[in-house]
Amino acid sequence: MSDPDATNVGSDHAGGSNGGRDVPGRTDAASNGLDLGSGGPNVDEEYPLQVEGLCKTFGGITAVDDASFRVERGTLTGLIGPNGAGKSTTFNLITGMLRPDAGTVTFDGEDITGQKPHAIANRGLVRTFQIARELQEMTVLENLMLAPKDQRGEALWRSVTPGFRGDVVEQEEELLERVWDVIEFFDIDHIADEYAGNLSGGQRKLLELARALLTDPDMLLLDEPFAGVNPSLEKRLLEHVHELREQGYTFLLVEHDMDLIMENCERVIVLHQGQVLTEGSPDEIQANEEVIEAYLGGNV
Amino acid sequence: MSVRDDVAERIPGGDAGLIVAVLLVIYAAYVLAGVGLGYSVRGQLNTIGVLTFYIGVFAMLALALNLQWGYTGLFNIGIVGFMAVGIYVMALVSKPLYESGGAAQVGGLGLPLIVGIVAGMVAAALLGAVIALPALRLRADYLAIVTIAMSEIVRFSFLSGELQQFRLFGERVGFGGGSGLILDFTNPLEAFFQSFGLWDAYLGFVSVFEVIIPNNPKPVVDGLVYGAVLLGFVAVYFWLLKRTGESPFGRVLKAIREDEDAANSLGKNTNRFKIKAFMLGCALMGLAGILWLMTSGAVTPNFFRPRITFFVWIALIIGGAGSNTGSVLGGAVFAALLYQGPRYLKNLIDTVIPNADAPSGFGPAVSPLISNFDPAPLFFYTIDSVRQLQLVFMGLALIWLMHNRPEGMLGHRKETAAGIPLTGSRASASAETDGGDAGGGSDE
Amino acid sequence: MGIAETYTRGRQFAITRPGSVLVALVGAVLLFDLVAGLATGRHSFSGIGSLVWDGLMRGLVVGLAGIGLSMTYSILNFANFAHGDYITAGAFSGWATTYLVAGFGRADVGALLLVGAGGSVFGGTLGIGVTTTPVAVVAGILVAGIATVALALLVDRTTFRPIRDADGITLLITSVGVAFALRYLMQFVFGSDVRGTTSQPPAMALYLVDGAVRINAHDVALVVVAGALMLGVHLLLQLTKLGKAMRAMADNEDLAQITGIPTERVVRAVWVIGGGLTGVAGYMFILWKGTLGFNDGWLLLLLIFAAVILGGIGSIYGAIVGGLAIGLTASVSIVWIPSAFARAAAFLVMIVLLLVKPEGLFSGRSTA
Repeated sequence: MSDPDATNVGSDHAGGSNGGRDVPGRTDAASNGLDLGSGGPNVDEEYPLQVEGLCKTFGGITAVDDASFRVERGTLTGLIGPNGAGKSTTFNLITGMLRPDAGTVTFDGEDITGQKPHAIANRGLVRTFQIARELQEMTVLENLMLAPKDQRGEALWRSVTPGFRGDVVEQEEELLERVWDVIEFFDIDHIADEYAGNLSGGQRKLLELARALLTDPDMLLLDEPFAGVNPSLEKRLLEHVHELREQGYTFLLVEHDMDLIMENCERVIVLHQGQVLTEGSPDEIQANEEVIEAYLGGNV
Repeated sequence: MSVRDDVAERIPGGDAGLIVAVLLVIYAAYVLAGVGLGYSVRGQLNTIGVLTFYIGVFAMLALALNLQWGYTGLFNIGIVGFMAVGIYVMALVSKPLYESGGAAQVGGLGLPLIVGIVAGMVAAALLGAVIALPALRLRADYLAIVTIAMSEIVRFSFLSGELQQFRLFGERVGFGGGSGLILDFTNPLEAFFQSFGLWDAYLGFVSVFEVIIPNNPKPVVDGLVYGAVLLGFVAVYFWLLKRTGESPFGRVLKAIREDEDAANSLGKNTNRFKIKAFMLGCALMGLAGILWLMTSGAVTPNFFRPRITFFVWIALIIGGAGSNTGSVLGGAVFAALLYQGPRYLKNLIDTVIPNADAPSGFGPAVSPLISNFDPAPLFFYTIDSVRQLQLVFMGLALIWLMHNRPEGMLGHRKETAAGIPLTGSRASASAETDGGDAGGGSDE
Repeated sequence: MGIAETYTRGRQFAITRPGSVLVALVGAVLLFDLVAGLATGRHSFSGIGSLVWDGLMRGLVVGLAGIGLSMTYSILNFANFAHGDYITAGAFSGWATTYLVAGFGRADVGALLLVGAGGSVFGGTLGIGVTTTPVAVVAGILVAGIATVALALLVDRTTFRPIRDADGITLLITSVGVAFALRYLMQFVFGSDVRGTTSQPPAMALYLVDGAVRINAHDVALVVVAGALMLGVHLLLQLTKLGKAMRAMADNEDLAQITGIPTERVVRAVWVIGGGLTGVAGYMFILWKGTLGFNDGWLLLLLIFAAVILGGIGSIYGAIVGGLAIGLTASVSIVWIPSAFARAAAFLVMIVLLLVKPEGLFSGRSTA
């Protein structure tokens, strides 16, 4: 029951300099010169994210063991596997939260292995967390205002020096407009002033997705975005994800719910015991004996 | 909580009004107590001056700590070390050049006070950076232990004979060691007024007070005016930190306090923000140390014991970490009730019941009570020991606060981290239409 | 797996290597300087020997007091800043007893109970020492231990238990409040003067190459008492279920609770053991150094923190080893640096090790 106009909100503010991609949050940024070159030279490359031979052990237990896969641009790709298959660890390795023991992560043609999480996020590869990491004592608006990149006022001197603060305030007003676009896109304007700590589980997931979008990413890694979300909100979240995908975003999605993955993803990668068991279209995966075996043998 | 918020909302002038109201209540209580017990005008004004001084320094320090702990979640219990570095470096730069036969064992570089003050702040900030660069990766409790150890290292360093006297740019300078350092630069108040060419006017202003204080009013007026200057600095701190908090920079700090990993994964280089916030806080602590001690004539390293750090913590916790208004209120309430209050009480009691023969120790104080039920010696000993007992009260107050009101008077209050007001509906941010109407786009 | 693990370690070491290498280098230079100094006669063997012995004694006190701090730190998850004042409390209670036993009938009881506050009685005059008044010393040790246990339990019951589930920082701040209240209450009662507590103990001289290292009866008493208590704690934790329960709680309190470990009883046991050791450490510290003031425990506290962190929080052996290392650093460092910086050197060692040795010292970044 989302607002039918919500999808078009972005176009009201579109600067048109971003290949006409109709994405809330992104468009205003482009018109205001805030865009950090996303959608730049590598935009045509087919596989923005490539993972080669990734390994990670924790005190002798191998969590990820020589995992290699790639994610096609503009797709919703699912990453599935039984419990303990190494999905979350893989996410953490890709986004720099953990340092791999071996292997490389390439994003948009550049090696980002072992870079700091903030550096990777600034390249346009942004994640959400399995347990929503909303900033509890900040309001929804504050949470969202935090996300955009290259905020002038993040330089301390500019925020406090008389004469320069005007610039900061000006940009804050622009950011607030973008934030409202996203808020309306996600239909969360009724909770805009609420502290994030008071939101329901599903609202937190929405907030996290909205916040990730405002960083102006090229690709989003969603770690179980539907866990603990009621069915109607799940449907809404999925609609948003599909809309965004159509607008050109790439998604890598970790999810437990097999049906959900099979119905919504174009490509599915199956992890098992830290290795890529197979990958393919949902139909291929469902027909794959090895996958069924892995799930039956493992603990679904 | 809500009751207090209501009170805050009913006071005209918002946060500033609240601060003024609390200050007025404190001053009224002090003056009334003094009048009731027949204090002289001179004594009254002196008391007000001293009280204002401590309100000023504790409010400044609490504000600086609030930036580090309240905004960013950095657990600094080495405050006193940054204060010490501030005043010592300031003294090194601004003390007059050494002259043999003078009162001072060592000289300074003879530069203007303002240069010394800036140098002291920069030195405190740099020490902060030295601590912060490696230590910000540590857990909060480890950072606590590292900072307090650092503040003790600073104290030992200024105590040591090696730094007592040395040569810098060919001048005989030093930190004076354990016997202390004479601060023989121009009286800061005099320098302050002279820089505006107003010193003579000030002296004229002082002489007006001869009407109410016939005998040498200058020290009393100096105290009051310096107190007022300190309150001016509190206002500057407040303004600076409010601007810092209400900005994208402050927003990132708030996010770091809430969940550093989340802030990091949104592309914020959290370490850089933490170091900047820490350094700014340290510089402000250095300045507070300078303002606290620059008029005291001399400074000794053992002034900088960790207890002062904890005073500042108590002040911040009373007010409520996370709130600038709370920091100022906490500084004022701490200074008035816990720091100056017991001493003032002792003075008052001494005036009312002169006790020339307070026992020298606990033994002589208690034995009359045990032998012939005479509580007077114990009472006088207690009054006489108020400086120790007030620390006991502070400890108990801290425990009480942590049990009953860990968020302080104003903690967890909404101080929006943005350069512009963030309101619940889009319209009120952009147009003047009624908020309810404009929010109607939502499906609720 | 083996190869991967070696690789991990190598890689981790590579990240921290600059610091580690630097530390090793500094250590090597200092050691070389020491050896060279000894060879050229710049340092005397007996002088160094005396410093080492002094450092070991100091380290035993720090280690003994550190066991309790380490245990509460790991079980209750907070740095207890009141621990130093537990040491002082142990010292005052124990020494009041010793004075009373040694000086009964020879001086005013009140003056004895206040450990000669205001110069009313002197330990030297009473001839207090482990050889001269052994009964008074043993009574003092016992009372120091028991009184500190009682104090620790009382404080826990009234102050820490009501906020048991609060985070470590809240508890830490609360413990600062406890420290203030205790310390200045003791100053109120016992006065602020530093008093001499013992008469000169008999000593023997051990000849070391070029001179004598003097070891006195109180050194020996400290070694015996500290050694016995450390061994006792070791056996207690190895042989009883308590040790197992403590380790389980230190790992994961919720899990321990679910698996039926009576956590509150373990907490109480920790305060009893830790408090007792701390009180005795306070008493022995005063016996060894011969003076007593209300600030003694607080001044020792940061060194104890250094020792506990150095050794690894929660490990009693770590606390002991860390204590000895810190004690030695504080004493022996004056070979290279001015004595005013001896204590600073001990803190620096702690800070450097916090930064260089990352295992277990960084916040557990939850990786979901």
